[in-house]
Amino acid sequence: MVERPTTPPPLQGPTAKEKKYDRQLRLWAASGQQALEDAKVLLLNTGPGVVGVETLKNLILPGVGDYTIVDDVDVAEKDLGVNFFLEESSLGKSRAEETCKFLQELNLEVKGHAIQKSVEAFVEKPTILDNYTLIILIGPTKASGLLENISQHAWKSSIPLFYVHCAGFFSHFSVQLPAQFPIIDTHPDPASTQDLRLLNPWPELLIFMREKVGNLPWLSDHEHGHVPYLLLLLHFLVVWKATRNGKPPASYSEKKEFAALVAAGARTNNAEGGEENFDEATANVLKSLNPPSISSGLRDVFEADDCKILKNDSANFWIMAHAIEKFHTANKGLLPLPGALPDMKAQSSDYIKIQNIYKAKARSDLAEVTAIVRQLEKDLDRRTPIEDKEIEAFCKGAQFVKLIKGRPLRVAKSTESLDWSDRAEVLSMELENQKMVGLDSLLPIYFAFLALDRHNDEISRLEQSRREPNPLKDIPGARDVSGAVFPSPKFAESAHFYTPAVNSEKDPKPWPRFDTPEARETFDNVVKELDRANGAELHNIAALTGGMVAQEVIKVITKQYVPVDNTCVFDGIASKTAVFNI
Amino acid sequence: MTTLANGPKPSRERWRYLDNFLNKPGPTSDPDWLPGEQTINGLETSKVLVIGAGGLGCEILKNLALSGFKDIHVIDMDTIDVSNLNRQFLFREADVGKSKAECAAAFVEKRIQGVKITPFNGKIQDKAEEYYMQFKMVVCGLDSIEARRWINATLVGMVDMENPESLKPLIDGGTEGFKGQARVILPTMNACIECQLDMHAPRAAVPLCTLATIPRQPAHCIEWAHIIAWEEHRKDEVLDTDDPEHITWLYQKALARAQEFNIPGVTYSMTQGVVKNIIPAIASTNAIIAASCCNEAFKIATSCNPWLQNYMMYSGDEGVYTYTFETEQKEDCPVCGNLAKNLTVNPNMTLQEFIDSLGERAEAQLKKPTLRTEEKSLYSQFPASLREQTAPNLTKKLSELVENGEEIGVSDPAFAIAFKYKLVFSS
Repeated sequence: MVERPTTPPPLQGPTAKEKKYDRQLRLWAASGQQALEDAKVLLLNTGPGVVGVETLKNLILPGVGDYTIVDDVDVAEKDLGVNFFLEESSLGKSRAEETCKFLQELNLEVKGHAIQKSVEAFVEKPTILDNYTLIILIGPTKASGLLENISQHAWKSSIPLFYVHCAGFFSHFSVQLPAQFPIIDTHPDPASTQDLRLLNPWPELLIFMREKVGNLPWLSDHEHGHVPYLLLLLHFLVVWKATRNGKPPASYSEKKEFAALVAAGARTNNAEGGEENFDEATANVLKSLNPPSISSGLRDVFEADDCKILKNDSANFWIMAHAIEKFHTANKGLLPLPGALPDMKAQSSDYIKIQNIYKAKARSDLAEVTAIVRQLEKDLDRRTPIEDKEIEAFCKGAQFVKLIKGRPLRVAKSTESLDWSDRAEVLSMELENQKMVGLDSLLPIYFAFLALDRHNDEISRLEQSRREPNPLKDIPGARDVSGAVFPSPKFAESAHFYTPAVNSEKDPKPWPRFDTPEARETFDNVVKELDRANGAELHNIAALTGGMVAQEVIKVITKQYVPVDNTCVFDGIASKTAVFNI
Repeated sequence: MTTLANGPKPSRERWRYLDNFLNKPGPTSDPDWLPGEQTINGLETSKVLVIGAGGLGCEILKNLALSGFKDIHVIDMDTIDVSNLNRQFLFREADVGKSKAECAAAFVEKRIQGVKITPFNGKIQDKAEEYYMQFKMVVCGLDSIEARRWINATLVGMVDMENPESLKPLIDGGTEGFKGQARVILPTMNACIECQLDMHAPRAAVPLCTLATIPRQPAHCIEWAHIIAWEEHRKDEVLDTDDPEHITWLYQKALARAQEFNIPGVTYSMTQGVVKNIIPAIASTNAIIAASCCNEAFKIATSCNPWLQNYMMYSGDEGVYTYTFETEQKEDCPVCGNLAKNLTVNPNMTLQEFIDSLGERAEAQLKKPTLRTEEKSLYSQFPASLREQTAPNLTKKLSELVENGEEIGVSDPAFAIAFKYKLVFSS
């Protein structure tokens, strides 16, 4: 038997925490985990209250720092048939405290708080919201004006707000992000992040290319079959340009022709009848030979006023974006080289050499950007320098950074119509496009939830007017709504006349209203189904929606991946989702 | 505890929310559907089998219990690991090492009154057709394609056209990171898992010669340690990817090799990831996919609304995107189709090369196949005597063994049924 020395412990063995969170650290890494652990999430709960609790479950398990549940209901028997984080002994006790307790068991590293108050009482002083990183508000809210207050305060304080509806087979959530929500680490598909800069090679790369490919015809078969495809493309570009006034292949047909030129260089008198590296080279012609360009996401960033006009207190993101824009202009449209290299057929040492050439170039580009950043910091008299690793991350992901422009929630009120003029064109296109491909748009689901909000607002105002000596005069048809009980036929009716108003001066283009048969039919069905639900949550739909909301919350907190912008609906009958920018 | 058969009828107050959907029709429920007591009884007497008590399974058990199902069975052969705790919410640190099926069943039974959950700590292959016949439907939360294919083939094989009860809907979920899919399979009636197999192609393997002579990536060094170094130094031991000492050994071998070739980036975590083929998994994605599966199970069991036809894919990487569509049943599906599937092969390939390719082809993915034509055995893995007898065929060319267009039967110990392929020679 072979004698084997005992293995010493691993040099960087995982800690207990790394072991427990292993499967998620592979998605958002230590930086994302830290952001999650620093976050304080507030749940403003109401109604059957399952979707909010299910959302928290999915945040507590991965280790969110702190959660607070505001809920004034006592646990009733019907809660036990729909909410998993309650048990028999919870009956009659505070639902905030009981759900908080059973959620807490999931992860002892997380801090949970229960506040047995109505949402209305809790936000009496809205500044209390400033204690939280992110707010999840469950609709429909009970008190009139509450949603608007919370939305306005969150907007003013730049706290991300999620507004969620879940009833029967349908659900909806809207995300109110700050006016500018930039994301650097969007996790693009690795295949799309390659920037090999083959049309703009630099001296070190060309020198190495000549060293390896200069005598291509005289290489041994083994060497010839192991020339990295990237060097082959560079070599054949030189050959091509020599006969084309120094111009690289640009059009599709030129690239096809170029690919044929490359393919013709392969040796075929072997067992395989070709060479793998040449196959890789021809396969990469179309995607590797594009002149430098920038994504629409990055263009949005460059064109934002915050990027153009820097201030002493500009966010780090804008200082770096400005620096990258300067680099981009100075380098004739190039972005800092990300430095990553795809795998390719090659000898180990050649591959590592090329990798090092790319890394060195990425470092020198980074140094150039960093120098610009430091100069800007000096000019703006900023005290705290941006960390090097932050600049590095921006340089690596520059092409894929994204700026989400947050918008305030649309609040449906019984006293006035929403002004849709700024969105009429987009929503109109949504309805048209879906119709053209023979599908029903899910947009009416969102409008049905708005109608529900509007109806609740009306009831709440009516209740208020009953309590107060001077009844409010601004309730249209308030007397028709008899009592505070959910009058279901009234709800449907209330929904029907809720058609978004269009300002014909601001938006002269006509767009389909709910009067169109398709939208109307979907809308009617959703309203009937919501009427059937009568305010009930189905556990499955609450769990599913809680999963979707939690994914989005994690993306917002970690500032990784790309969150929904800004409204998402789920249809549990057809098993479909849709996202609208409302 | 409430008893199902003879005890007093428990109050429906607890199920007030659920009953809104079981007592009233909706705009899209079938006009012939009868809501009310019959539907509720049907739901409560439907026996459901859950396969897997992991990330999806924990969610599925909770969801089914809160959908009004009363008689649930769950199978899982695994024990609880500390890395499960970030999403498998029925387990606590003190449960590490215990059976997943037993732990999950006990937890849900304790939490939700009146539900009976019967665990089985073992493999699905341990159970026979009679066992599967007792269920109304099967909900799968698995991470292995092989187990999915086994249960799929078994349920398709059980369908007896004379007996409608023999058709067991199979609802299957899967996740990876922020993505996942849910599908509804009515065996023999619509596309089965085998029909959709090419949508889940295995990852291309790195050629052995790259690992052995020209590594370039950290993963190449790890695979070298995994496949080559272990065999060279510790071939008498079975590699246990859950044993930290084994992973540490592989990590250090990989690291040394990477240093030799100046390849940066080998870490312990990456070693573990490559060797165990770890797929990132989070609670929220499991919640979405499991709930989608249970939503379909609930609709099928109660008919309160139409169910999914037949595939939903979900992606949360960039915003939220779902694609819901109907996958087609394949006439030449080796499991539920009538025709043999065409496989285009190079006639100069040896039988051994062909067998290796069956493991990698997206449409086959068979690791230990036994092959025969109508009249003769080409290669048999078992018994040993037959293997010896057929081994000489391995080095023969396909063209020496079969005719162009000839049908072959392929069986594999991982599956209950034989696959039919028609070999078509490439020109």
